[in-house]
Amino acid sequence: MIEKALKGSSFYWGWLVFLLAIIAAGALAFIYQLNVGLGITGMGRDVSWGIYIAQFTYFVGVAAGAVMLVIPKYLHHYTRYAKIVVFGEFIAIAAVIMCLLFIIVDIGQPQRMLNMILHPTPRSILFYDMIVLCGYLAINIICGYNTLLADKKGVPCPRWVKPVIYLSIPWAVSIHTVTAFLYAGLPGRHLWLSAIMAPRFLSSAFAAGPSLLIMLLLFIGRFSKWKPDPEAMQNIARTICYAMIVNLFFMAMEFFTAFYSNIPAHKYPLQYLFFGLHGHDQLVPFMRFAIAVGLVGVFFLLVPAIRRNPVGLALATLFVFLSTWIDKGIGLILGGFVPTPYETIVDYCPTFPEITIATAIWAVGAFILTILFKVAISVREQQIS
Amino acid sequence: MKIDRRKFLKAAGVSALASLGGKGAWEILDPGAVDAAEHGGHGHDKAKESGPKTRWAMLVDMRAMTEEKADKIREVCDFAHNIPHWDDPERELKWIWKEEYEHVFPSSYNEYISDDIKAMPFMLLCNHCDEPPCVRVCPVQATFRRPDGLVAQDYHRCIGCRFCMGACPYGSRSFNWFSAKVALEKEEGRKINKEFPVRTRGVVEKCNFCVERISLGKQPACVEACPDVMHFGNLADSESEIRKILRKRMSLRRKLELGTHPMVFYLV
Amino acid sequence: MYDSGKVIAGLVVFAALFLCPFLYNHGSMTAQPKPSLDTPAIKKLAAKRCVEDREFMVAHHMQFLNEWRDEALRNGNRWYRNKAGEKYLISLQNSCLKCHSNKKEFCDKCHVYAGVKPYCWDCHIDPNGSKL
Repeated sequence: MIEKALKGSSFYWGWLVFLLAIIAAGALAFIYQLNVGLGITGMGRDVSWGIYIAQFTYFVGVAAGAVMLVIPKYLHHYTRYAKIVVFGEFIAIAAVIMCLLFIIVDIGQPQRMLNMILHPTPRSILFYDMIVLCGYLAINIICGYNTLLADKKGVPCPRWVKPVIYLSIPWAVSIHTVTAFLYAGLPGRHLWLSAIMAPRFLSSAFAAGPSLLIMLLLFIGRFSKWKPDPEAMQNIARTICYAMIVNLFFMAMEFFTAFYSNIPAHKYPLQYLFFGLHGHDQLVPFMRFAIAVGLVGVFFLLVPAIRRNPVGLALATLFVFLSTWIDKGIGLILGGFVPTPYETIVDYCPTFPEITIATAIWAVGAFILTILFKVAISVREQQIS
Repeated sequence: MKIDRRKFLKAAGVSALASLGGKGAWEILDPGAVDAAEHGGHGHDKAKESGPKTRWAMLVDMRAMTEEKADKIREVCDFAHNIPHWDDPERELKWIWKEEYEHVFPSSYNEYISDDIKAMPFMLLCNHCDEPPCVRVCPVQATFRRPDGLVAQDYHRCIGCRFCMGACPYGSRSFNWFSAKVALEKEEGRKINKEFPVRTRGVVEKCNFCVERISLGKQPACVEACPDVMHFGNLADSESEIRKILRKRMSLRRKLELGTHPMVFYLV
Repeated sequence: MYDSGKVIAGLVVFAALFLCPFLYNHGSMTAQPKPSLDTPAIKKLAAKRCVEDREFMVAHHMQFLNEWRDEALRNGNRWYRNKAGEKYLISLQNSCLKCHSNKKEFCDKCHVYAGVKPYCWDCHIDPNGSKL
């Protein structure tokens, strides 16, 4: 089946070469980082995690988002998703691989990584994160590959795959819950020390993952012979809308708790992110922009006339994707570290090599996604002809 | 309720323990540890009750502290452990260093406290907590708590994930962003202690309560440098010198509300 | 055979790549190195013996050092009692290197020959090295 990725237009090949060039640049930057140290990044003793871990967190969410198609299709037998589900699973595969890469580039001694298995430590949340992420990758490869292969042959999916698909549902919830627990269980990091951290993560995941899927499906609809079912996309858009409203609501709850209780340590991170603290306001425009586009995205999704318009739908999902990306892929990690344990403020800014490495991992994700989508689209095109 | 939770924790952990036999996992399920988590509220003393013979602790006498002594302590420690100096504060490796009252006790900051306390150079170091969050989060047990209460760091095993830095509420952990050896070589006239290693790039380090010295029956380097300011001893022994001092003098500990049970006391 | 030209060319390239390490090292066979024990501290010793006998140290020093590391660092035990019942301080820096103060002649000789790069020296310090 994978051989279908070897035949494509010059645009397809050009795109792959373009991605490879970015990956090569990132690989060079990574070698530089390996030789010199993580000091080439903007991280420091106070903000000790930066965009690597922030992107990791965000893409765990994108990966978990696939479950929003699996549940209707396999638990409610909603057949309109039958042809689309595999694209969600393929996004999950690419996203989980990105997550693993972001971890690898973030750690100081990547060659010692297998110490995680050599010295398993069940009291550490990272131990569980490793298990759930690797497991989720395996599950999605198994489900995605087998369902697509069955589609290609025109036979029903093998029966043994069904339980794996059902397993993927709680597993998707687990990856983002465990990832939230990485942060929510730390004393003294007030932005993270919140019981709704995991629900917040899940709601933003269920908005972000499907948003990316819609954008890609709209793109596929324009450029391939196979046209994704518009009604199915409308339903995914409704799911995104609900999830995004819940996500914004949860964010408002964080504001209420911090500001009504008036406990300084709980207010500081939110003040730093959204209003600026002691003159440090570099993140304020980003965070406000995130809220604004999030609200606009929800509005676009709520109004049927806009949602039914492909341009409106594309914009709405783009806004939701951007909003959740800024919130989780930038603000969440930095707000956890600032103010520092000494209640001082340290601004973090990623460096050029750091951004190059992160971009290259995005390119790896795009590369995997392109190939997987190419295979899936070829199968769908073959089905119509 | 207390018993129920403990039973539940035990039951939940049994399977994990059975398969992995992890001593580490046992530590969080250890009844003594659960007691200690509540000891602040009930006035129990873990050291007395569950009976470890040694619980190392450090007292910093702020009445005897001066700027000169603070600088001397840092210098002695930096030499003893080959800690390089960095111009960029974000790259700094700090085992023991001075900080102002306002930043040392941010959650219990009292703006009307006497001016001399506000001006004191508080010496900060790893608190070697009884309930260390860094140990809880480390995925490879590179940082672990020894039976004598010392929170140790195994630089051979650390993968550099920096989870412990996020977990430490005291900012006591430093990461080797660059090569420390290169930095030491660049420092002009830098004296190297050839009896103690350097740390490699990409691992986390922190104060080790001079384990290399106390295991040979010596006092930590900072105590040896300024014995009138720094007092090191066994908190588990109710007749120890530091317990006698603590009974007499008013002491502060950092961020007690987090339940980490820091083992560094500031005498004011 | 389809594409026989391409297949054969591919096989040739594969064989060349596979054999290049052997070709590269061919003829550069050198004598087995003898690590030097010639240091002032060792000269002073009445019985020239390490903490355990020579055969054991040659064969097992890597595992032995790992055990010492864990014993001192993780188990908090700084003293080693050898088979003869003698007591030694467990420390690479302060026991091993006090006698074997010639890292270049003692450690590096074999390690370079065998192509192994132990990470000891990422942290530990060569007592007589000009560089750290």
